[in-house]
Amino acid sequence: MCLRRSVPSSHPSPGGEEENERLRDFDMTNNPVIRLENLSKSYPTSAGLFPALKNVNLTINTGEFVAIMGPSGSGKSTFMNLLGCLDAPSSGLYELDGREVAKLGRDELALLRNRTIGFVFQGFNLLPRMTLLDNVALPLIYAGVALAQRRQRAHDMLTRVGLGDKANSLPSQISGGQQQRAAIARALVNNPRLLLADEPTGNLDSHTGEEIMALFEALHHDGITIVLVTHENDIAQHAKRQVRFYDGSIISDELTQEVSA
Amino acid sequence: MKLAMLGEAWRAMGANRLRTLLTMLGMVIGVGAVVLMMAIGQGAQYAIAQSINSMGSNLFILLSGSTQAGGVRTGSGGALTLTVNDANAIAELPGVQAVAPIHPGSAQIVYGPNNWNTAVIGSTPAYLDARAWQVVSGAAFTASDVRSATRVALIGQTTAQNLFGDEDPVGKTIRIGQSPFTVLGVLGIKGQGMDGRDQDDTLIIPLTTAQRKVFGTQFPGTVRMVMVQTATQEIMPVVEKSMTELLRQRHRIREGMDNDFSLRNLTAVADSAAESTRVMSLLLGAIASVSLLVGGIGIMNIMLVSVTERTREIGIRMAIGARERDILLQFLLEAIIISVMGCLIGLLLGIVGALLTEILTGTLVIISASAVLVAFGVAATVGIFFGFYPARKAARLDPIEALRYQ
Repeated sequence: MCLRRSVPSSHPSPGGEEENERLRDFDMTNNPVIRLENLSKSYPTSAGLFPALKNVNLTINTGEFVAIMGPSGSGKSTFMNLLGCLDAPSSGLYELDGREVAKLGRDELALLRNRTIGFVFQGFNLLPRMTLLDNVALPLIYAGVALAQRRQRAHDMLTRVGLGDKANSLPSQISGGQQQRAAIARALVNNPRLLLADEPTGNLDSHTGEEIMALFEALHHDGITIVLVTHENDIAQHAKRQVRFYDGSIISDELTQEVSA
Repeated sequence: MKLAMLGEAWRAMGANRLRTLLTMLGMVIGVGAVVLMMAIGQGAQYAIAQSINSMGSNLFILLSGSTQAGGVRTGSGGALTLTVNDANAIAELPGVQAVAPIHPGSAQIVYGPNNWNTAVIGSTPAYLDARAWQVVSGAAFTASDVRSATRVALIGQTTAQNLFGDEDPVGKTIRIGQSPFTVLGVLGIKGQGMDGRDQDDTLIIPLTTAQRKVFGTQFPGTVRMVMVQTATQEIMPVVEKSMTELLRQRHRIREGMDNDFSLRNLTAVADSAAESTRVMSLLLGAIASVSLLVGGIGIMNIMLVSVTERTREIGIRMAIGARERDILLQFLLEAIIISVMGCLIGLLLGIVGALLTEILTGTLVIISASAVLVAFGVAATVGIFFGFYPARKAARLDPIEALRYQ
């Protein structure tokens, strides 16, 4: 079950390969987690191919907190699905953690989604029949972690997002904000290098949204690379870098103005 | 990990209890029907085998021919064409093990205040050998009893029960008509015969006694039937041929004329009865298997619905790292759990049904371990077979399509 990543990375990897993820993250601060070259995606429609993304070039380094912005239909969700290895690009290069995603099989992609990427959805996407603890522990099942450890790690992660006392609640018994926190805990439980969030505050009121963003900022401080899609400027202000999409292309890529020291 | 999957499958089934139960019901009925039908079929086979065994093995029965008087034909045995000498001659043929001339009849038997009408068989000690009939208490009569036509009798269990109750019949004197007979021995239990009659409701006396002192006969030395046992079943056709030739020769029947006797291969009759029972139980099993198949298709149907319903869940699972085989295993496990549980309940109901059948109708049923194992194995296979396609469909879903599914 444990297919470890043994493909050599494009960057120098000092010392013992894993275990100490923090150390590795620190060493790789200036190495790209995501590297995109001329990435394009088209969908077949009745009127021919619709280009959702056109020749996108972007590099995101370890530890960055990037907001992807743009109006609806600008291609940012398509972009997010490509980053999350949920969808395959039509052309171009996508390197995640030094590996070319297009060359990976379905099982290897599943492994990436399990270990390297944490995905947070707009609609939370918790499994309704499971308790929060089981929901958060689910990625660990696919990672082959033993039961006792699963429960421990899931509980730790719920505590970290402030839901330690709700471990045995069902998603329907808690508020939207709490559900999103649980979803974030689930995304983080396998210690991913990259956290992808698609409109994570879209279904929440602005106050709860702020709470979620505060959580993202705390995670950013812990060194996790975060890419977040939003169409709200307020939300984007929390990120350190803002990338704007329009009509399937990047139209601007700048650091957030009032950087909090 | 496998345990966690099992738990999840269980939870998913619990989420839609009624549907799970209804799906299971198909399996329950299928397995129950197979178990019940096999129990009844095997019971019937066993009953037939029992009566065949009680009949004796490798047996021919020779019957005297019919006579024709003024266009009216009597049945077999109407003319006493067979003689004791014929029987003795047949006994000399190679391959013949035992020959017993028989004079059957029925008579009213009296013992003290009790009386009972039973089938009386006049024969020789060879009859007991041919029928493999034990004398369980007392002793059998001998050839010298036959020679001197002594008034002795062997009594069947049913007859003994009716005349003597709990008393020991050995050494007691019974009457047939006005003649006193000494009971020499009690015969072992034979049970129901091929024709459905109680074989234990009988009295066996020496042939000569039957002919001369009980029933009387027009032509001394003739018999109505002769039972012939061969050494093995393989040589029965050879013996049949040589016996026919011998009798035609002895009776001086010319070429082209009909036999004045008839010869039946009892073992062949028994075998065909056994064969038809076997075919019947196979048929029952086959019909029941169809319901098992229908149950399996029901599982596939529900699993397909379940996969469609849970497309989004599958997408979420894939997004957090489930591989194809994880999804496959999850749905396959569900199908297997449903079929195995259905199977267990079906087994239980089938066994209960079989026992009820035995209690209510008196039909013998046999629940064999092999039938249970076969039903279980088939059910598990059906679960895997019909669960595989929906599970593979789920596993092959495109993650992004699945996530978008509403």
